Amino acid sequence: MEKFESLYHALANLDGYIFPNEIVLNWDVLIVMYPYITGLVAGAFILASLNRVFNIEALKPTYVISLLTALSFMLVATMPLITHLGQPFRFYEMLITPHLTSAMAIFGFVYLWYLMVVLLLEIWFDYRYDMVIWSKEKKGFMRFIYKALTLWISDTSVASRKTDDKLGYFITVVGIPSAFLLHGYVGFIFGSIKANPWWSTVMMPVIFLFSAMVSGIALVMFIYMMINFIRKQKNDILCLDTIAKFLFYILIVDFALESLDQIHRIYEADESFDILKILVRGKLFFTFFIMQIGVGTLFPLATIGFFQFYKPKEHIRKIMYLIVSICVLVGIFYMRWNVVIGGQLFSKSFLGFTSYKADLAGGGSALLALLWFIVPFLILAFLLWLLPPWKKAPHVEHIE
Amino acid sequence: MGIKKENVTRRDFLVKSGTIAGGVFFASLLSPFKGVYATKEPEGDGVWYGIGIDIEKCIGCASCARACKNENDVPKEPFFFRNWVEQYTITNNEEIKVISPNGGIDGFTQTVPEKDIYKTFFVPKMCNHCEKSPCTQVCPVGASFESPEGLALVDQNYCIGCGYCVQACPYGCRYIHPDKGVVDKCTLCYHRLTKGLDPACMLACPTRARIYGNLRDKDSEISKFIRDNNCVVLKPQLNTGAKLYYNSLNQEVR
Repeated sequence: MEKFESLYHALANLDGYIFPNEIVLNWDVLIVMYPYITGLVAGAFILASLNRVFNIEALKPTYVISLLTALSFMLVATMPLITHLGQPFRFYEMLITPHLTSAMAIFGFVYLWYLMVVLLLEIWFDYRYDMVIWSKEKKGFMRFIYKALTLWISDTSVASRKTDDKLGYFITVVGIPSAFLLHGYVGFIFGSIKANPWWSTVMMPVIFLFSAMVSGIALVMFIYMMINFIRKQKNDILCLDTIAKFLFYILIVDFALESLDQIHRIYEADESFDILKILVRGKLFFTFFIMQIGVGTLFPLATIGFFQFYKPKEHIRKIMYLIVSICVLVGIFYMRWNVVIGGQLFSKSFLGFTSYKADLAGGGSALLALLWFIVPFLILAFLLWLLPPWKKAPHVEHIE
Repeated sequence: MGIKKENVTRRDFLVKSGTIAGGVFFASLLSPFKGVYATKEPEGDGVWYGIGIDIEKCIGCASCARACKNENDVPKEPFFFRNWVEQYTITNNEEIKVISPNGGIDGFTQTVPEKDIYKTFFVPKMCNHCEKSPCTQVCPVGASFESPEGLALVDQNYCIGCGYCVQACPYGCRYIHPDKGVVDKCTLCYHRLTKGLDPACMLACPTRARIYGNLRDKDSEISKFIRDNNCVVLKPQLNTGAKLYYNSLNQEVR
């Protein structure tokens, strides 16, 4: 009985009519975490690619940090999904017996492709030379670790470094569409559900993609400033200005796309419109208008937009960039929330609503979701210790 | 060729009308009218199940829902149903009120005063066993599948409990079993059908408001029911190929 206490509470607080099976909110905050974390990966990677492929020198200080951030979050990306399963130990079935008409079945493959082929390879090529050097400098166990990481390849010739660089570049080029695929695909998981009018829009993959870029860029900006703070180093203001500029442009596109989606919905006003209108104005008011649009979009847009015309003193800009990056991260979290949770608050009968409490689907969901958000930062700290970007040898081009 | 005829006679009109009418008639012969709405039975012989509900016969006793819970070990809590009954009340002010207390199992209490009621009726709900079922489409491991008899079934030893099918079902007919951690839904009592027995809900219905049968057999009770009545399926715009047919259902019902 205790197990169902919150469900009975929800049952007593229904607005209108919902199908009896809809009182249980099947996809809870863990599933909010899933597109959020995947988006951070895709976004951080795309920021790294901007530096590498499009040769934007000013972003150089964040290049390796972006890659390591992407990897840290990527390693955890599937965990919210797996821990949410009713039968977590059967998750491998999705990989060995995928049902090919399911949008979800392909996730494992997109994930593995991205993790193994793109992220790990790119980081490996980027660090190979440094790891050889470190393996020579260190002793004992660490020497073995670095040696193992180089796969016992010890070539340090300039020619080999140039090959690394070329291959790394090639992988980055492959990586950009892969990052698009990874997150556009996550959007498709929701966008392809015709039963749910709040999700079912062809815009969903594109919106997810751009919001992913926004959140990933904000995350790297935040992490870059944090690392410098911890290491007591000065932030490269040109780098921060450039990141902020990209954040601004992509945020405009993201906001335009989401607005288009909503305007289209409002103008078309199909049979689901009445219930969605009440949903957005009522149960989603705080998370949608205040958090997603106000804090997560309009405030950052106004602040960085203002900086494009008038640049206040450096330290003010730095503080504002820190605040903006946090606001964007919070805003995108609420964007995922509004999609995942919002899509389950109204009944598919279009006649009523249920409510959401974090403990509705089994106690620890919120804590578990928080855990899966904290673990990547710990992984990142470990990776920064193991592969410190600030101890890397100068880029091969600068040797000659 | 390009000169427009100035004087259009009555004879011209008749010829044109005749041509159009004849054309429509011959076109209709080419694609004969199908009794089965929005879906078509696949090639093959053997039974292919459809279900019919005669709204006018349903008295809202929810014996079907009760029998289903007992037969299929559905948790007794009011959040898990393979089968439930809704009461629709349309008031004189054209307001729609829908209730389904414990899926109808606890009985219905009409809260709208009788003088304000324009009409009221019961709608039993269950899996539509769609021919193009969105739930089996999205299952990442293929644990949800359509049987050769046209029933959407779940292999619970294989289901990973991701809940994607629960989201994909437009009719709210699936739930995650709280003890098993896998999805559960109506099977049309497949375990009984294979033994030649009727599904529990069909047996329990005291007014024979529920019927089921082979859609391939044009003389079956269900085929006749669909042919002889003004039948509709729920949410036809979603093109799920639903095979749960309601007789004279109000369009307010979703």
